[in-house]
Parts: sequence; structure tokens; C-alpha cells
Amino acid sequence: MKIKKAKRDVVVVGGGPAGLAAAVSAKKEGAPQVLLIERGRVLGGILNQCIHDGFGLHRFKQALSGPEYAQRFIDDLESLSIDVMLNTMVLSLDGERRLLVSSKDGLMEIEAGAVVLAMGCRERTAGALMLPGSRPTGVYTAGVAQTLINLQNIMVGQEAVILGSGDIGLIMARRLTLEGAKVKGVYEILPYASGLPRNIKQCLEDYQIPLHLATTVVELHGSSRLTGVTVSRVDEARRPVPGTEEFIPCDTLLLSVGLIPENELSREAGVQIDPTTGGAVVDDTLMTTVPGIFSCGNVLQVHDVVDDVSEEAESAGAHAARYAMGRMSPADTYVQLRAGKGIRYLLPQKVSGQMDFVLSARVTEPMENKALVLRDQNGKGILRKKKIRLHPAVMVRVKVDRDRLKGANRIEMGVE
Amino acid sequence: MRKTLVCVICPNGCHVEAEVQERGGRLEVLEVTGALCKKGERWVRQEVVEPLRTISSSVLVEGGDFPLVSVRTDSPIPLDSIFRVMDEVKRARVRAPVSIGQVIISNPAGTSCNIIATRMVNPA
Ligand code: SF4
Repeated sequence: MKIKKAKRDVVVVGGGPAGLAAAVSAKKEGAPQVLLIERGRVLGGILNQCIHDGFGLHRFKQALSGPEYAQRFIDDLESLSIDVMLNTMVLSLDGERRLLVSSKDGLMEIEAGAVVLAMGCRERTAGALMLPGSRPTGVYTAGVAQTLINLQNIMVGQEAVILGSGDIGLIMARRLTLEGAKVKGVYEILPYASGLPRNIKQCLEDYQIPLHLATTVVELHGSSRLTGVTVSRVDEARRPVPGTEEFIPCDTLLLSVGLIPENELSREAGVQIDPTTGGAVVDDTLMTTVPGIFSCGNVLQVHDVVDDVSEEAESAGAHAARYAMGRMSPADTYVQLRAGKGIRYLLPQKVSGQMDFVLSARVTEPMENKALVLRDQNGKGILRKKKIRLHPAVMVRVKVDRDRLKGANRIEMGVE
Repeated sequence: MRKTLVCVICPNGCHVEAEVQERGGRLEVLEVTGALCKKGERWVRQEVVEPLRTISSSVLVEGGDFPLVSVRTDSPIPLDSIFRVMDEVKRARVRAPVSIGQVIISNPAGTSCNIIATRMVNPA
């Protein structure tokens, strides 16, 4: 078979919220030919199934649903005449930014001036949890249940237990309740909830759905269909405490136990992955360790608010356009960023010091009345932000002025 | 009487305290502390007296390229009217094409909101 060949200035992989914003931004920055590649049959990615509202509060000052939020960017994409390939898989990507893609028109090799990776993430599944017991039907990840109910009109069950208090799980607890199902409870292995406080309130408390902390599912029951689960309290080391087991009858178990960035393609291109974020190591332009390959959105770090995804993706898209047009001078030295006390991760992992940037971080545990402090290699304070409340479920985003980095070659952020 | 609430307006999720007094069978908010913004403060004053929420769901589509259209309330409704509104949403049917913002049900269950479509559905 003959492989077609093409050249594009910026190729964006993934048509979800990050990819949409990156493509629009790359075009606006002046890249003449921007191509967006999406695996599915429609643009918008995960936003299509997120029919609840609350998107765009920051950016549009309105509580939009996921599809409406996506549509705003799709409209921009169309008015800017950005090329889109739907139903198209990226089969490979190399360190020279050559992509091999497959669509119903056959294979095509594309040489890209710059690539933006925006593949998003997938859900952690039951297999990864290693639950003992049988493998009955009725066990779904929260996102799969969301697709079935919201897009395909398939109700997953009548009596549900939710394992994990991630946002999708909380949203699905409310959704199931509104659809007439009984949600028996949400069980979280950690001693605190992993979803946003507002979702605990408006998805659980509003409907009197109990949230059990430091408790997990230890066994599934049922041969063909799920008939119930055994839950158990856990100790600080997250080990089940004998004697605390309880049987909860249910026909459905939803798992909301974490998201994994989909970085297979990034790895193949030689992009270095940060083991803590599960995403690429990037600099302040959101460029990965492979020149000309950028990363943004949930494939870079799992976000809790889509407005932040759009902002991050716009930055990646604009820098990718500049790179492709030869308008980006690579930094010769970098300031390294490190997570200090109380910080699980920091992103970007290194900065050029040539531009202002947004620092993303997550703390290790819930804390109150603390300050986030940036210090240089000599312990000199660079930036201090007071925080009444810090929570691992709420990503911290801090704007950092480049002037503050003068004389620093290593920076550490810690909670004090 | 002090009430502690989590503001649901934005992802900050401020823990807000309200000093509340009962007068003539009605609750009155005397003071609000802990809200980072005015919007949150207004929300607390409303929340104590009558909680309002928005909801989202989906409605069956006839003759569309998708079997469902996602919908939401265009303004908040009383928390205790949600299930009555949902009953009407479940019974509703709409014919494709459907456009974003199209009113699918007006004033469900006697509330002052409209149920509007939040995605486009083209004819099959
Ligand atoms: S008070 Fe304001 S900032 Fe705080 S959660 Fe409510 S809306 Fe957000």
C-alpha cells in the first residue's frame, strides 16, 4: 500500500479539551497549518459525557455543561479553518516529530514542525485493584458508566456502591440517584475524600449518600451478576482491619479510583516521564525533553478543573507554534524545580527563567493555615502564598514572575 | 446559631460560616464569614433560607444521530423540587435536530427554570 506523505506546522494529538485549546491557540499564534487528530468520531473528548454543569466558571463566568464548553472551542476551531482528522489513530511518533497515522483513507506519514500531545488519560480499572472474589458483571469504572448512561441510554443498575471518592465517582453517585437508582454509599480507602469539596456537598450530602472514609471494598460477591460487596475499615497503612467487614448488597459497583495519563505515544517518541505525575517532564514552555514535542492537559498531569486544562493547553499550543516557526530560542540553562516538604509534585519540572509561568502543584495531605513557599538553592525566600486550606484534591496554581528567579539555579517549593 | 457550609459555586469550595437567627418562623442570616467572594456570600444567604441547585440529565431524541440529548436547568431550582423536575425530564421526548440552548421543557414542576439542551443532535 502506498503511504501518503504530508507536512504540517503544528500537529495536535487528541481532540479533547486540551487538544482543542492547543490547536486554536497555535493557529492564533500564527502557525499557518495546524492539524488536529482525534481517535473518536466527534471532538470534545471526555467533555461529551460530562453533562453536569460547572465548566467554564473561570473562563466564561458561566456554569456550562461539558458539551457546551467543548462547543465554544469547536466553533473557534471552525472559524479559524483548522484541519481536523476524526476517526484517526496515531500509530507512531518518533523523536524527529514524524507521525504515522491511520484513518479510513489509509496510512499517512506526517512531518510536523511541532507536536502537541493531548491524549488525556484513562481510568484505573478493577484489574489494577486486585480484588479477590469472582468476576461478576455489574462492575464498571465510573467513566464507563457515565458513557453508558449519558450517551447510550443504558442504565447500569439499581443498587450501587461506589469505590473511591474521585470527582467522576461523586458525579455519578448523583447521576444514578437522579435516574432512580439507590446509591448505598461511597467508600474511600484514604482518610480524606479525593474529590472536590463542592462535589461532596452537592453530589453526596444533598442526596444523603453516606461517604465512608478509611474504608474499602475487599471482596466481590455473585457468580454471573454482582450481588454484593464486602467492605472493611483500613488502618493507616491501608490494610483491612479484621473484624470490621460488612456485607453490602448491591448489583453495581462503580470504581472511581484514579486516572492514568495515556503516555504510550510520548514514551515511544523518547519523552522522559515523571514517575510522580505519570506525565511528561516539561519546561516553562510545556516542551518535553524531546525538542519540538509539547504536552498539556490530563496527559501531562491529571487536572480537576477544565478551565485550567484550557489555559495550560493554550500555552503549549502557542509555544508549539513559535517553535515550528523558528521563533523560539531554546534555553541554554534551566532552573530546576523540586517538590519540598508537603508537596507531592511540582510542574513544570524545570524553567528557563526567560518568561513568567504558572506553577502547578499538589500537596501530600489536607492542611490548614499554611503558606506555600518557594526558596532558591541558598534557602532564600522567592515567593510566599498564604493558604487557608490545602487539599490534595485541589490543584494549586501559582503565577510566578520571571524576575523572582534571578540568581536561582534550583528552586524548591514547600509547605510551611 | 452558627452554620458551617461548603460553598458549591466554584471549585474553591470555601468553608463558610453563617450566623443565623430564627425570627417569626423564618431564618435570618446576620453575618457571613469565610467566603472568598461576594458571590459566595450571596449564595450562603440563599442557602440557609432555601437551598437552590442546578441539575443536568438527558432526554430521549427521536430520529437523531445520538439517542440522547444532554440537558440542564438554565437557572437554579429549589433542592426539594429536583425529583419532581426529574420526573418530567424522564418523560420528555424531542425530535432531531436539536440545537444548543433549545428549550426542551419550560417551567417543569412549576419551577421558574427551563430545561435546555446542552448539545447539538443532528437528524440521523
Ligand atoms: S465563596 Fe466565592 S470563591 Fe469561595 S467557593 Fe464560593 S464562589 Fe468560590
